[in-house]
Amino acid sequence: MSKLDSKIPAGPLADKWKNHKAHMNLVAPNNRDKIDIIVVGTGLAGGSAAATLAEQGYNVKAFCYQDSPRRAHSIAAQGGINAAKNYQNDGDSVYRLFYDTIKGGDYRAREANVHRLAEVSVNIIDQCVAQGVPFGREYGGQLDNRSFGGTQVKRTFYAKGQTGQQLLLGAYSAMSRQIGKGRIKMYNRHEMMDLVMVDGKARGIIARNLVTGEIERHSAHAVVIASGGYGNVYFLSTNAMGSNVSAAWKIHKKGAYFANPCFVQIHPTCIPVHGTQQSKLTLMSESLRNSGRIWVPKKIEDAQAIREGKLRPENIKEEDRDYYLERRYPAFGNLVPRDVASRAAKERCDAGFGIENNDTKEGVFLDFSTEIMKKGREAATEKNIHNPSEQQIYDLGKKWVEEKYGNLFQMYEKITADDPYVTPMKIYPAVHYTMGGVWVDYNLMSTIPGCFVIGEANFSDHGANRLGASALMQGLADGYFVLPYTIADYLSADIRTGQIPTNSSEFEAAEKEIQDKVNFFLTNKGTHSVDYFHKKLGNVMWNKVGMGRTPEGLAEAIKEIEEIRNDFWKNVKVPGEANGMNTELEKAFRVADFLELGQLMAKDALERKESCGGHFRWDHATPEGEAERDDENYKYVAAWEYKGDDINAEVLHKEELVYENIEVKTRSYK
Amino acid sequence: MSAKKGLNLTLKIWRQKNNKSKGQFETYKISDVSTDSSFLEMLDMLNEQLVNNGSEPVAFDHDCREGICGMCSLYINGRAHGPDTGITTCQLHMRMFKDGETITIEPWRSAAFPVIKDLVVDRSAFDRIMAAGGFVSVNTSGNTLDANAIPVPKEDADKAMDAAACIGCGACVATCKNGSAMLFVGAKVSQFALLPQGRVEAKRRVLNMVKQMDEEGFGNCSNIGACEIECPKGISLENIARMNREFLAAKFTTVD
Repeated sequence: MSKLDSKIPAGPLADKWKNHKAHMNLVAPNNRDKIDIIVVGTGLAGGSAAATLAEQGYNVKAFCYQDSPRRAHSIAAQGGINAAKNYQNDGDSVYRLFYDTIKGGDYRAREANVHRLAEVSVNIIDQCVAQGVPFGREYGGQLDNRSFGGTQVKRTFYAKGQTGQQLLLGAYSAMSRQIGKGRIKMYNRHEMMDLVMVDGKARGIIARNLVTGEIERHSAHAVVIASGGYGNVYFLSTNAMGSNVSAAWKIHKKGAYFANPCFVQIHPTCIPVHGTQQSKLTLMSESLRNSGRIWVPKKIEDAQAIREGKLRPENIKEEDRDYYLERRYPAFGNLVPRDVASRAAKERCDAGFGIENNDTKEGVFLDFSTEIMKKGREAATEKNIHNPSEQQIYDLGKKWVEEKYGNLFQMYEKITADDPYVTPMKIYPAVHYTMGGVWVDYNLMSTIPGCFVIGEANFSDHGANRLGASALMQGLADGYFVLPYTIADYLSADIRTGQIPTNSSEFEAAEKEIQDKVNFFLTNKGTHSVDYFHKKLGNVMWNKVGMGRTPEGLAEAIKEIEEIRNDFWKNVKVPGEANGMNTELEKAFRVADFLELGQLMAKDALERKESCGGHFRWDHATPEGEAERDDENYKYVAAWEYKGDDINAEVLHKEELVYENIEVKTRSYK
Repeated sequence: MSAKKGLNLTLKIWRQKNNKSKGQFETYKISDVSTDSSFLEMLDMLNEQLVNNGSEPVAFDHDCREGICGMCSLYINGRAHGPDTGITTCQLHMRMFKDGETITIEPWRSAAFPVIKDLVVDRSAFDRIMAAGGFVSVNTSGNTLDANAIPVPKEDADKAMDAAACIGCGACVATCKNGSAMLFVGAKVSQFALLPQGRVEAKRRVLNMVKQMDEEGFGNCSNIGACEIECPKGISLENIARMNREFLAAKFTTVD
């Protein structure tokens, strides 16, 4: 069981990274062009890694399934990126960011990794500003900050509601610079189909050219997986439609352990589901919770009247509104962490107070009217307007909100046809970000030598839950500042290896396997589309492996997913040809992997007999409905080892989590 | 309120096997489309129908479905991203259409964006323009100045952000009768021209990006302004003007 060596450096927490960097092996600049590195995925993690590795002088081959690296799903992140800059002088520090992140993750993240993340957060902002990322500024020309759920300081840097976009474009432009120099070879519209291992090491990938259909062999001295999360296992999620788990799952099947698959973040502020034709959920930035108050009607008859369209929410009197987050969690109010806010919304909707006119009656209000008037009054004072009229106050306040969140409000209006300046937004939790992922050591290497995993695709920094604005931070930290150091330590042994040939039996076998699967899908005489199976899987996942889980439900889910999986391999129908663009074929490969992973998620959720972050077990809750963690028995990372087609046979390995620098406490936001 | 009416529609869709074969319009019928559905969800329904009948689904580009990745395209009833303004196709909702309507759906049409299949086009020309200079040449080492050591006036930062909001979808090119990419390139040039970080290599940047843009076969701007109208992110024509100023200034002051 020596495989799960986390390789956390010895010494005091604050010095670990510094000392580790000082003692790692290096690859000298003149030797770097003897080494090839494959990067799969070009979001914040993969894009920044590819750019940095290329700049250091390695030969980088980068792959993405989109038509351009600029489309990676990191682009959709809205609210911001955290950094312990303490520009606001409100008590922030590296330690506090570290502490908030560990606590927010419900004490299931690795202490040393999280501290490193907090340390390098400071450099990320410097780097991005130097690249020309247009962060929000104050009138004095200094950077502006906002606050996010789960924290009591203002440490979030933002670029309007498009922070992810601007950070990704920053990484993409750094990549573009290296592509222009020929240091990155970019493979757009390519999908990684399998990992190729030679002598027990990751030595390349099999990729499919999504335009020509050609199956290609690509070799390298190391492979970096930066393929994002697996939220689309639920079918409906906030993830981009093409986001998939395949790269991570393929390496799992080749020996990489998969950690904490049941830790999924349900984001509290998404636009509710409209109906059965829905393909995708849309997130409303969490930053809106800074200015919005969340409520449902106090009276059940009001909730019903709203659902039936007989009553407008703006006409419900103040005393008839239940601001349930402010009521339950006075210290943090509307800014409680995501898992807490999500569960509280579910609790109210389950009790019948949901306000959305759909089958499930799921939805709560996010109301800006208080903030509009407050900001309007402030603006009036600032402008020296004495005795302003209500209308004047409203107009000034509206202007403030428009400036801060205008694009989000517009987006909401386009989707729902409701004007959120007038009537409160309707929101409901949705699957958003996956905290689980491939198990990696402190160097971000998986249990497969030479196969590194960064960003959302790995498990290490978020624990059981992720605080807002920390995903962008982790993606860029891994890509710009962690992996480029740690990968050198591994590659230093490869200076004399020479180019890895692609005509070996290993490449041949891996290619043949994919070719056979393509042939299977295209000739299978099935009756149902790929989406048919995906939706069925999603339904089981949401209902039984979703926001509230029970042992009975999870056991049922494992069986049901297995049935859907068997049915899929018998009855899936994939039209079209192999030699050319075939979107149904792409989906078939991805859904095949989701079906296996979904089963493992349910298995992991059943095994973890506690409530923790996004993993909430009804059989482990306090009488008030708060999550009940079990540190004595479950303070570990669950790392699963693949044992063949039968997912039930996967073997659980445990990495005990050791907290030397903080006291593990019950999370309270009251 | 609760009884929402489903739309029955006729779709005329451009089908083309690949860039070597000829394309043609095909007509399809679809019924009971919810007015709450997005345009792409309507196409999902059609594709489900096609797959169930054993035919090939319509290929179209899409990914985030939140209006930000810039992957979706589609020329709908003669307009880039369809009949609404300020949005991408993924945010176009079926409530914009009437029951019984015929909708014509085409790919972006521009020589610089060759069709790959059906409604999918190749926009990699944009990537090549970016690789020619759409960046600040700073090392990704993190050993840079403290972020607040580069003060930026709020107005400039806001304007730079407005330009940087371009999603690179190509609606501007598809809409322009000259197939010009000047709104896209102008937006990137402007973002950096407005920020102190980008000034150092501003001349090289604009000259290289414009040169690459011309080589890719994009046409010239004739100030019609259709691009600005169809741009889902409201990128302003001002950016083209700024790019022209930057270009001229660079051209007449750079000695090669």
